Amino acid sequence: MSSSPVLPESATPTSAGRADLRPEHIRDAVIRLAGNSQDGIQTAGAFLARLAGRSAQEVMTYMTIPSTISGGPSIFQVRIGSGEVLSAGDEADFLVAFYQHSYDEHIYFLREGGILLYDSDQVQPNLEDKRFVYVGVPITGLTVEALGGTAKDKGKNIFVLGLLASIFRLNADKLKALIRERFGGKNESVVNTAITAFQAGYAYPVGNVLTHLYEFEPSPRRSERAQITMDGNQALAYGLIAAGVRYGAGYPITPWSSIMETLRSELPKYGGLFVQAEDELAAVSLALGFSYSGWLAVTGSAGPGISLKAEAIGWASMAEIPLIVINVQRGGPSTGLPTNVEQSDLHQAVFGGHGDSPRVVLAAATVEDCFYIAIEAARIARKYSTPVFILSDTSLATRIEAFDEPNLSEVMLDPKPDMSPRPAGTQPYPLERITQHAPPGTRMLDGKYPVVTGLEHDEMGHPTASARLHTAMTAKRRKKYQQLADELPLPTVHGDPDGETLLVGWGSTYGPISEAVNQARNRGESVSSLHLRHLHPLPRGLEAIFDRFKRIVVVEMNDQGLYGFGQMATLLRARFCNPKIESLTKTDGLTYRVREILEGALK
Amino acid sequence: MNPLDAVPPVAPEREKLTKKAVTADHPTWCPACGDFAVLAAFYKVLEKRQLPHESIVTLAGIGCSSRFPYFVNTHGAHFIHGRSVPLASAISLARPDVHVFLFGGDGDGFSIGGNHLDHGARKNIRLTYVIMDNFVYGLTKKQTSPTSPIGFKSKTDPTGAIDHPVNPIKKLIAAGATFVARTHAAQVNHMIQVIERAMDHDGFSVVECLSECIEFFPGAFDAGNPRKGGEFKVIDEKKWDDTPEDEARHDVTDEIAAYRLANLPFPGLFGVFYEIDRPTKNALERKWIESTRTKLNNASDLEVLQKTFDRLK
Repeated sequence: MSSSPVLPESATPTSAGRADLRPEHIRDAVIRLAGNSQDGIQTAGAFLARLAGRSAQEVMTYMTIPSTISGGPSIFQVRIGSGEVLSAGDEADFLVAFYQHSYDEHIYFLREGGILLYDSDQVQPNLEDKRFVYVGVPITGLTVEALGGTAKDKGKNIFVLGLLASIFRLNADKLKALIRERFGGKNESVVNTAITAFQAGYAYPVGNVLTHLYEFEPSPRRSERAQITMDGNQALAYGLIAAGVRYGAGYPITPWSSIMETLRSELPKYGGLFVQAEDELAAVSLALGFSYSGWLAVTGSAGPGISLKAEAIGWASMAEIPLIVINVQRGGPSTGLPTNVEQSDLHQAVFGGHGDSPRVVLAAATVEDCFYIAIEAARIARKYSTPVFILSDTSLATRIEAFDEPNLSEVMLDPKPDMSPRPAGTQPYPLERITQHAPPGTRMLDGKYPVVTGLEHDEMGHPTASARLHTAMTAKRRKKYQQLADELPLPTVHGDPDGETLLVGWGSTYGPISEAVNQARNRGESVSSLHLRHLHPLPRGLEAIFDRFKRIVVVEMNDQGLYGFGQMATLLRARFCNPKIESLTKTDGLTYRVREILEGALK
Repeated sequence: MNPLDAVPPVAPEREKLTKKAVTADHPTWCPACGDFAVLAAFYKVLEKRQLPHESIVTLAGIGCSSRFPYFVNTHGAHFIHGRSVPLASAISLARPDVHVFLFGGDGDGFSIGGNHLDHGARKNIRLTYVIMDNFVYGLTKKQTSPTSPIGFKSKTDPTGAIDHPVNPIKKLIAAGATFVARTHAAQVNHMIQVIERAMDHDGFSVVECLSECIEFFPGAFDAGNPRKGGEFKVIDEKKWDDTPEDEARHDVTDEIAAYRLANLPFPGLFGVFYEIDRPTKNALERKWIESTRTKLNNASDLEVLQKTFDRLK
């Protein structure tokens, strides 16, 4: 936890050689790399994250990308810990500043006693400010020197990686192996250049200016399984593959695009196909065509693109076609804050259809959860023949976590369509059963072939304007979600099962909310939290949990709305008519800091 | 595994596909609507070609003509307005074992779905699309359509249409369609011939079928109907017989010539304007999938994903 003193408070620079420097054991460190987006700081940060994963340490990253096409200030933050890492950290223990603007804009984030590692060729820090430890290294000059005089700044990121490896006594061999894997596909000189830059950073006598080197405590392994490291969009894509999703279609939009890029390259390996469509409307229509063909399909976007898909999703509700719709939420409305985070598409997901068109809405809590929620979404979509929304967001999409490698032989689902001949009397829309369509190519043994339709219909799919049938079919389409609600597991309360305050969250706020509860409980406060993954329908039995707390504070990243409540708070108040439900919201486009939750919810 | 492996082989013994077997609900169209003749021609094609019943898929968007799937007893989907091309494309791509027939009108195809038509054409998706063009919005009761001629009086152009109409044939050729034909609902035999040629074409085949709206634009296509005093002029295609008269005939692979024929004033010509061989997206994607699978030695899904995860450790 960044509020506990994990780095020495008293470190001061010294010019003396320190051959006797001994590493100090630490449990947790927040390292923020601040530079420009083209400097490859994401690459350097990702190496640290991958290394942490391979060393069985917990890791979480946080990054910002400018919405400009190339260039612009950018950060990559890595938090590595030997215990549970729940958030990217409220403040940095270590700030690496590549430029003056990096220093100017991020020094506020360095905690008192924290270490500023800066490129002394570029940055002139205010050395009078005695709150920090200053370590100046001529990063630009040394990189140019090591790589043979190229005037470009290439390689500074890997030089810094070498420096950090030496300061934190990281496993240099493992890091070099990662560098080789990452650049191995390119020509040999790229690998050699990267290794040279790394060696130069690693060999720099940083001990001359630091009084301490650091070493992470060995992590008590919580699991026998190996760790894998990826970001949330990768986890969703691979989760879909594990779920047997073999077809999909999409249109590029930040921050969804990397899911479609991954699926476009990966699905052919499984005999499947992802189509880049001409627009969002075609994308959802293609996905519905794939699903109607018998292959459960995925489409996705961010909020504005989901709006464009809305009509076709209404058809999916009426025609009862299974479909997975991913919304990687960003700041909205409209083009909004395309590279920032927000949870403001919840109501769009739940209520964004025309007519009475209920659908399933799930939200992933962590990167690991992105993988498993995709599998759950596929299971629900198939069983209930329905569109299922998965809500993710910019922070999950771009952050890297290490987690236990899934047991694929246990979790993988069979994608095969059911093409068995259907017996006489088979109806596409039976009133008393959940619809299971016969895909094209399926023989109907009574010779009566079904039409799937967006018109109100009878049990055979024939259009009807009968008032009785519209009432009965609307109820049929609703009841399957009520049946699903009966099956959903009740989430467990983090902390005591009763007490003063219950924080309720959904989506990517899981980490900071859990950490806020841990911190508050450590100082004796009666706080627990409940994290919702199934947002619509809600699992049954939440009211009993709410009854055991005096206050219920729903924490979410969206606006308080016209009546003072965020989108989930509004939903829960409408559902439970419980006046105890309060709302904590914010709209700065950034993830919650633990401190913001503590100050906002426990005032 | 390859998803295609899951498709079971077609059962050998089966009854003959009769008109009765492919007939479903009685059409809801107005009496004497041109679309009845299109439906009758489609029944004839199905009877003639004897495709496996379960492998026929009839799809449509929204409009009078888009009611088509309810009247054909095959697998079918009645989709939303304008988006039937991407829906049909997916079925074609994922299911090489089925025959995709798509029906719709001029509003569905050239207006709200105009962009999808272009992209379906450029991607050369294997399917057959019959656009029943009546030059008017019928289902919503007489508004101007993208093919309404200038001067056509409708509820949205009470003093006559002023917007330049779409020329479907030119639009399709420009977009990259590989089979473009035009027919007339009053010419049943011609319709059958053209639809059959379209379904035999390996690619995106589109047939514009002038189909009169008896209620809101009666007499619109009389100029192309000999029984109404008009002339049904068919494109004289090259026979490649080295005769001098063949010189003047139309080469269906000549894009510029096709474009020129499409420019003739109404009622223009009927028949195949353009027909070329270009690899379909179906074939190109299949090739990529197969080479990818070969490189992986046809490893199981579990093995492929496990290998990927091993690289993420």
